Amino acid sequence: MEIPYAVKPRPDTGLYNAKLGIWLFLASEVMLFGALFSSYILLRVNAAPGTWPHHWLNIWLGMTNTLVLILSSVTVVMAWASLKMGNFKRYKFCQAITLLCAVAFLCIKSYEYHDKFIHYEVVLTDGRIADGHLQSAETTSNTVVLEGIWATNHAELMDPPLHENKIKIEIPRNQIKSMDNYGPWHNTYTAIYFTLTGLHALHVIGGAIVIFAIWGPLAKVWEKDPERYTNRVEVSGLFWHFVDLVWIFLFPVLYLL
Amino acid sequence: MSDTHQSSVAGGVDHNSAEEVRKHVRTYVIIGAALMGGTVLTVWASLIDFGSREINIAIALLIASVKGFLVVGFFMHLISEKKMIYSILVFTVFFFTALMYLTLWSMERGNVIQIH
Repeated sequence: MEIPYAVKPRPDTGLYNAKLGIWLFLASEVMLFGALFSSYILLRVNAAPGTWPHHWLNIWLGMTNTLVLILSSVTVVMAWASLKMGNFKRYKFCQAITLLCAVAFLCIKSYEYHDKFIHYEVVLTDGRIADGHLQSAETTSNTVVLEGIWATNHAELMDPPLHENKIKIEIPRNQIKSMDNYGPWHNTYTAIYFTLTGLHALHVIGGAIVIFAIWGPLAKVWEKDPERYTNRVEVSGLFWHFVDLVWIFLFPVLYLL
Repeated sequence: MSDTHQSSVAGGVDHNSAEEVRKHVRTYVIIGAALMGGTVLTVWASLIDFGSREINIAIALLIASVKGFLVVGFFMHLISEKKMIYSILVFTVFFFTALMYLTLWSMERGNVIQIH
């Protein structure tokens, strides 16, 4: 038995099944990210004075990623428009750019994550704090080498100047009281940062896989049933635009404010 | 491919027809450029001291909201979407607003412990 309205829109609603389904799914996604944004607000507003960091992320990398996602949103909608106008070659070209944008976004995000995982805060036995990036090649079993700054307390690390002169710091291991990197466990800011951006990155990966599948292995559907194929591109595009929408709010909240 | 493959809507204008889509292509490019301009504007505004951090936050969120409207309205075609979609989104808006209201309400009451 054929499922009704799988391709043709239902006359009274004007919607085919998948379009109704994706909007219902996106409605639930709004609540998922809404809950995390709510958590972010509560964590930030109730943080003790001087404990919420600023300028911990590279604004220019964040801005580049925003521009990359916006470009991908344009190419997604142009790809759909190309199919509507019967231009399959242009659709293929536009979605290829979309996929390249997705890869570029994930590469930049991976670089940012790596930057946080090699960034260490080392508390010495005399109370001083060394903060900077681990120099793995120079670090030995006796000495930890960082490229960073000295601080006398945690508050100094919460809002470092944008252009700070970094120095090479060599610390004998027997003088280290504690040492941890800027991973999700570091403080509430890094916890919510990795949670929000990690969940978003999973959406980027999921969306890119679906777009790639439709663009590549499933492209032959276009020959047999162009309307079904166009519908699939539209539905995956709606999801991609939502991913872009979430990032439009994540960027200022995490990088700028 | 013939246009007969495209979706149609009984009793109304089909905003997804090939002819309608052709007219909108230019709009998509303009919206994309506006979104990129808005991103640069957001960064520029964040580097200016407007007197208090609250004002900076409000400006950044205002620009983000305008950009969000452009994405949802034009790229996701919500400004010309079917009534059924609006019916679904009314519930989303209601519950999202309630969630944010509860968040702000809990802060106003001061019944949240400080987090270190």
